[in-house]
Amino acid sequence: MPTESKPSNSSSAMLSISAIRKTFNPGTVNEVRALQGVDLEIEEGSFVIVLGMNGSGKSTLLNAVAGTFFVDEGTIQLAGRDVTRWPEHRRAQLIGRVFQNPFSGTAPNMSIAENFSLAARRGLPRGLGWALSPQLMGPLRERIASLKMGLENRLDNAIGSLSGGQRQALTLLMATWLKPKLLLLDEHTAALDPKSADQVIALSDEVIQRDKLTTLMVTHSMQQAVSLGDRIIMMHRGRVLHDFRGAEKRRLRPEDLLDRFDEVRRREQLDESAAAMLNELYV
Amino acid sequence: MTLLIGALTIGLILSLLAIGVLVSFRIFSMPDITTDGSITFGAAIAAVMLVHGVNPLLATAAGALGGAVAGAVTGVLHTKFKINALLAGILVMTALYSVNLHVMGRSNVPLMQARTLASYGETLGEALFGGRTINVLGWAVGSADAAVLLLALGAAAAGGALLFLFFRTNIGTAMRATGDNAQMIRALGANVEGYIVLGLALSNGLVALSGALLAQYQGFADAQMGIGMIVWGLASVIIGEALTGTRSLGLTIVGAVMGSVVFRLLVAIALRWGLNPNDLKLITALFVFAALVLPSMVAKLKRTRPGLEPGA
Repeated sequence: MPTESKPSNSSSAMLSISAIRKTFNPGTVNEVRALQGVDLEIEEGSFVIVLGMNGSGKSTLLNAVAGTFFVDEGTIQLAGRDVTRWPEHRRAQLIGRVFQNPFSGTAPNMSIAENFSLAARRGLPRGLGWALSPQLMGPLRERIASLKMGLENRLDNAIGSLSGGQRQALTLLMATWLKPKLLLLDEHTAALDPKSADQVIALSDEVIQRDKLTTLMVTHSMQQAVSLGDRIIMMHRGRVLHDFRGAEKRRLRPEDLLDRFDEVRRREQLDESAAAMLNELYV
Repeated sequence: MTLLIGALTIGLILSLLAIGVLVSFRIFSMPDITTDGSITFGAAIAAVMLVHGVNPLLATAAGALGGAVAGAVTGVLHTKFKINALLAGILVMTALYSVNLHVMGRSNVPLMQARTLASYGETLGEALFGGRTINVLGWAVGSADAAVLLLALGAAAAGGALLFLFFRTNIGTAMRATGDNAQMIRALGANVEGYIVLGLALSNGLVALSGALLAQYQGFADAQMGIGMIVWGLASVIIGEALTGTRSLGLTIVGAVMGSVVFRLLVAIALRWGLNPNDLKLITALFVFAALVLPSMVAKLKRTRPGLEPGA
């Protein structure tokens, strides 16, 4: 139910999703209609927050863009290319990702430097050059020192020995080491303690602003949603329910978002237990 | 003394098998039973080419290449056709048994008259040490045996060093990451399936190289020679990890080479003491079983009896 008129010139959009649908386990008792016709245009340099309840399809949307699975219907265009049938690893040349689980984004038994050497070849042919080349190590030490986490002297340490917050910070740097056409952040602070979460959020905002990265960020935090980004997309039952942008987005307060969720809740007449879950998650 | 030299030489030749198994078992956590077929495949290809007078180096390389192809087939069965890794290995190993018989034309190819790398060793031995025997710490050692041992040492060192260097390149690093965190390396643009195929090709190439060298050392290729070799490789890797630890990649590779030599020496000593050769595979299997299970059992014991834990 998108009410605004969409820009007809799709070439101006960095990401252009049209009418994508995805059903998991079709025809079984476990059938889940995760995406039920999503249309979305995201301009270059836009920082979009994706909100929604559990099961609303927000993570599924990110995974559809990343290529974790192929959509059943619809098309996905990224940087002017139709990537709908591109496998995940091929899309990676255009996309940087940070996952919810801090363990997902790094290779735990390999050193910090080796992890970055992998990120420095994202989407490029890898070849038989040395992974830890001097050209990489210089800028790497400098960039990691700027995190002020004291990690610049531990580049040879296994990344698995670091805390979740440190790993997410490094994963974010890895995802943006080569400037991606699109950055996907999938609740990347949800598994962290509040202090680490704040640090990673601050770092994310800094990197996104500095490199003017086109970003899609899923979050559960109303506070993050209102304080970050220039656009909010609220998803529900596999569709885009609301799309706040411009002045409307800037005026938005957490309470307004909660009201919207309440509205949804009343309309859907969710049972008591789901409402309790909603309270727990959003209040 | 001849027994010791022989055990060392075979241990070094089989260390190439051990580092091959290290790649499949420790990098990809995949006990790849293709090994049993590909070691024979490498031996068979090399032996038949040698009998036809092909240059020994070329024949050895061809044997290794054959193993690499076999490993790649296992990789494709596993990744493209989604067959369980163990089953994919079993299928290729079984198929290779027939292939090997076809390559050899019979179940055993002797290399008595052929010029092999071992006969290079004899020539080298005469050039290096002159006489028929040399004196090492008071023991008389055949110069040919000593030279072949040196060649085996060179092959093991070169194989280990090249593998180590490969794992420090961009491709090699990505291959290690494939086994460590596939989701991550896929998100960084690597074709995980491709790396698994490449890794199994590398693993079985090393295994087949080991087979090609073994055939030349023992003077024949045999259709049965691969039976249980994966377990042998696992035993070497596990002994190696006990010797050098797993903290760094270089140490792990050195460990696998040492593990292979140590294991071969232990076997030679046990056989000398009267171990029935028929029991060898049984004891190897029991050893690997114990090595896989004991660490977790010891840890469990420590948990239930905290008094045993140092400093607890």
